[in-house]
Amino acid sequence: MEMTGARRIDVPRQQVWNALLDPETLRACIPGCTGLTGDAAEGFEAVVVQKVGPVKATFRGQVTLTDADAPQSLTLTGEGKGGVAGFAKGTAWVRLTSQGDATDLEYEVEAKVGGKLAQLGSRVIDGFARKMADDFFARLQDRLSAPAGAAADRADPREPVGD
Amino acid sequence: MPKDGGIGDSPKRREDVRFLTGTGRYSDDINIYNQVYAYFVRSDVAHGRIAGIDAEAAAAMPGVLRIFTARDFEGVGGIPCGWQITSRDGSVMNEPKHPVLADGKVRHVGDPIAVVVAETLAQARDAAEAVVIDIEDLPAIMDMRAALTPDAPLVHEDMGTNLCYDWGFVEDNRQAVDDAIAHAHHVTTLELRNNRLVANPMEPRVALAEWNAAADEYTLYTTSQNPHVIRLLMGAFVLGIPEHKLRVVAPDVGGGFGSKIFHYAEEAFCTFAAKALRRPVKWVSSRSEAFMSDAHGRDHVTKIELALDENGKFLALRTETLANMGAYLSTFAPSIPTWLHGTLMAGNYTTPLIYVNVKAVFTNTVPVDAYRGAGRPEATYQLERVVDKAAREMGIDPVDLRRRNFITEFPYATPVAVEYDTGDYHATMDKLLALSDHAGFEARAEESRRRGMLRGFGIAHYIEACGIAPSNLVGQLGARAGLYESATVRVNATGSISVMTGSHSHGQGHETTFAQVVGDMIGIDPAQVDIIHGDTARTPMGMGTYGSRSIAVGGSAMVRATEKIIAKAKKIAAHLMEASEHDIELKDGRFTIAGTDRSVAWGDVTLAAYVPHNYPLEEIEPGLEETAFYDPANFTYPSGAYGCEVEVDPQTGKVTVLSFTAADDFGNVINPMIVEGQVHGGLAQGFGQAMMENCAYDADGQLISASYMDYAMPRAADLPMFTVDSTCATPCTHNPLGVKGCGEAGAIGSPPAFVNAVIDALQRGGHDVTHIDMPLTPDRVWEAMQERGVRDA
Repeated sequence: MEMTGARRIDVPRQQVWNALLDPETLRACIPGCTGLTGDAAEGFEAVVVQKVGPVKATFRGQVTLTDADAPQSLTLTGEGKGGVAGFAKGTAWVRLTSQGDATDLEYEVEAKVGGKLAQLGSRVIDGFARKMADDFFARLQDRLSAPAGAAADRADPREPVGD
Repeated sequence: MPKDGGIGDSPKRREDVRFLTGTGRYSDDINIYNQVYAYFVRSDVAHGRIAGIDAEAAAAMPGVLRIFTARDFEGVGGIPCGWQITSRDGSVMNEPKHPVLADGKVRHVGDPIAVVVAETLAQARDAAEAVVIDIEDLPAIMDMRAALTPDAPLVHEDMGTNLCYDWGFVEDNRQAVDDAIAHAHHVTTLELRNNRLVANPMEPRVALAEWNAAADEYTLYTTSQNPHVIRLLMGAFVLGIPEHKLRVVAPDVGGGFGSKIFHYAEEAFCTFAAKALRRPVKWVSSRSEAFMSDAHGRDHVTKIELALDENGKFLALRTETLANMGAYLSTFAPSIPTWLHGTLMAGNYTTPLIYVNVKAVFTNTVPVDAYRGAGRPEATYQLERVVDKAAREMGIDPVDLRRRNFITEFPYATPVAVEYDTGDYHATMDKLLALSDHAGFEARAEESRRRGMLRGFGIAHYIEACGIAPSNLVGQLGARAGLYESATVRVNATGSISVMTGSHSHGQGHETTFAQVVGDMIGIDPAQVDIIHGDTARTPMGMGTYGSRSIAVGGSAMVRATEKIIAKAKKIAAHLMEASEHDIELKDGRFTIAGTDRSVAWGDVTLAAYVPHNYPLEEIEPGLEETAFYDPANFTYPSGAYGCEVEVDPQTGKVTVLSFTAADDFGNVINPMIVEGQVHGGLAQGFGQAMMENCAYDADGQLISASYMDYAMPRAADLPMFTVDSTCATPCTHNPLGVKGCGEAGAIGSPPAFVNAVIDALQRGGHDVTHIDMPLTPDRVWEAMQERGVRDA
């Protein structure tokens, strides 16, 4: 599965960059994320509960950041294992460009799913990935544009999907 | 006029009463006190090295008894293959190890790695979630041609190649075929793919095994078409259990279509674990599991060339096929693209020179084996497609071209090693043309044209080799088994009869038809006859049901046993009437002294056999029970003409099947209603292959059509009402009933008829489309139409 997209976020580039490397922000913004540890240098360990088509699973996986060129581009590589539901793995290339006080974030994603996810979910995987990306950036936008101090309270305005 | 309920009559299927009222007893309906549940952890990658299995946390979870991996199966045999093919160079095929649980490597999505056994299914499933399997991915081998290149990664490293065998048939014909094709007036070439299918019987597979410590005996309940074969394969080759300590029961089975012939790892696992745990162990396949663990069918890529003279006479035929074996050899896999395919390449035609080359290839996919028709649909499809294409290229009507080449004298020895005993192909073709109103087609096509639709008519004529098979012949061809059948006819004291047959019914209606035969032979009500099958403890050693063999081979064994019964009963009757046994006639259940009115009833004789007060004990034994084993002298050769009329919507590529007509020659028919039903089912599956079904993998080896959301099974609304006829009967010359078998015909003969019809419709619409690979989904048809724009009128 391949996907590209772009998104304008109404905060300056450095702030977006910092947010993308911040475990707290990531935990709050990744839809269905129930736990995220680690750091940008060593990589993150994440637990994500998601439902792809008819398959619901808890994914445990690693995300590593490479090719970081602060504050304009980085590569994220991740793999999540969902037990008997199968696996998902992929790479995202992210580029940030300043647009005055705002930032344009462009991304390109290549992902693979396997096992039951592929068997039952391959038809819906594109839509699913698109929705995950949209949700992530909506949350990021919310979080970054919120007044300082309020962020913690509204870290995760929505229930994680499925649980 | 057939006797009421006798041969040729159509009594309703007695087994349907329990099937339709929910009182059937399928494997999953059987539960044994104290049973536990197995859940298989399967590979979610197509190819990889197992770096580690961490089952510690899972083993500590509630209800878990034990978690099994390959380590538990050290010293246990692998899943055996029942047929050995010899390559052109004289070497025997490459036969990989097939462990019960993946050992070191996984080779297809669905390959079982570990099994959790727990008190409940939910506990087993929960614990399976916690089994952590570390797999290092290896590149997936998906494309057969790429698999045979020198640098290709290997499914089985120890074999050094992905080639299973390279088979040539008949190798001695090769040069002559090449020469004939090189010098022919016309050569038609076609390249095609026979799409991979999943059998999808309504009932998924089940295994339930029990070990009796007191007697050291095992019982396995399993969804099988041939419980004796499973007992032999699993007992002798996998687990080392002698037959007298192993009982295999295949109770009501909800369809098989070939996929339940084979011995599967899950059966061996449950039997093994039942002893290891001293608890009965049950496994029930989910539908998702069935998609990735039931053997698949077809998956051939073929190039076929037909050489013709200027009059359209077939001179020579040459085929090159790549046949997908999947990751391991399923039980009968090697025989399907070879002996069940190459021997049928003459079709109904007098082609004097034929050469078939088949390379069987390992890939990282589910193993491929027999599926309704098994090799014969692949043969029929390519042949009937290339004949149609040749007709178009040479400007000869496709019916006429076939007629010019029909075999008309029997017996007929083909150049591909089989001898057809009977047939009348012009008769079935005539019947087809009449029943389908072929003469009125042009008017109907014109009517469609006025509505902006494209109408086409497609024809196929098929031959199949059924009644599988003469044991001495298949032994020479590499079978590691005999293919006789058995029956024990047990007459009870009051005259009712239990027939224990080695055939197995999983939807075919044997309990009705077999009783019709015995009832007819003796002249008693078939309700007096029960057919018992599917239990190694109750039936004599038999080979089971596949290859349209049940009535031709199993029925013949039953006839032979019944003949012995009648012969003995006549002796008893003669004694009771103080007459010579040679003067005794049996008619309508009475033994009469010929030319007199003196008679005794069937029940008088059977009672005397078991209460032998007045009985010739010095001459014959008491009792009335006989067994016969029947080994056929030849295959049977059902044949038929199929015609299909379709309408293609040029705006969308959608194909609507307007009518389908089948004129079959099955030889004698026991129950015409059941035969009609069998043909309907076969046609529906042929339609599925031609129009809807496709088992699809992505380039990484993920199975992406593994549910009914993506694997399109045909439904009643997709199908026309079939017109089915089996009155053009030329009885088989070498079995006692003159029967040929009807179970697979529809699936064998129909796919080329569907495709020929669609091509005809497109050609009539001016699109120069010569071939579309199955299934002919609207997008494929539409794309082909766009690629080949409308010809100038």
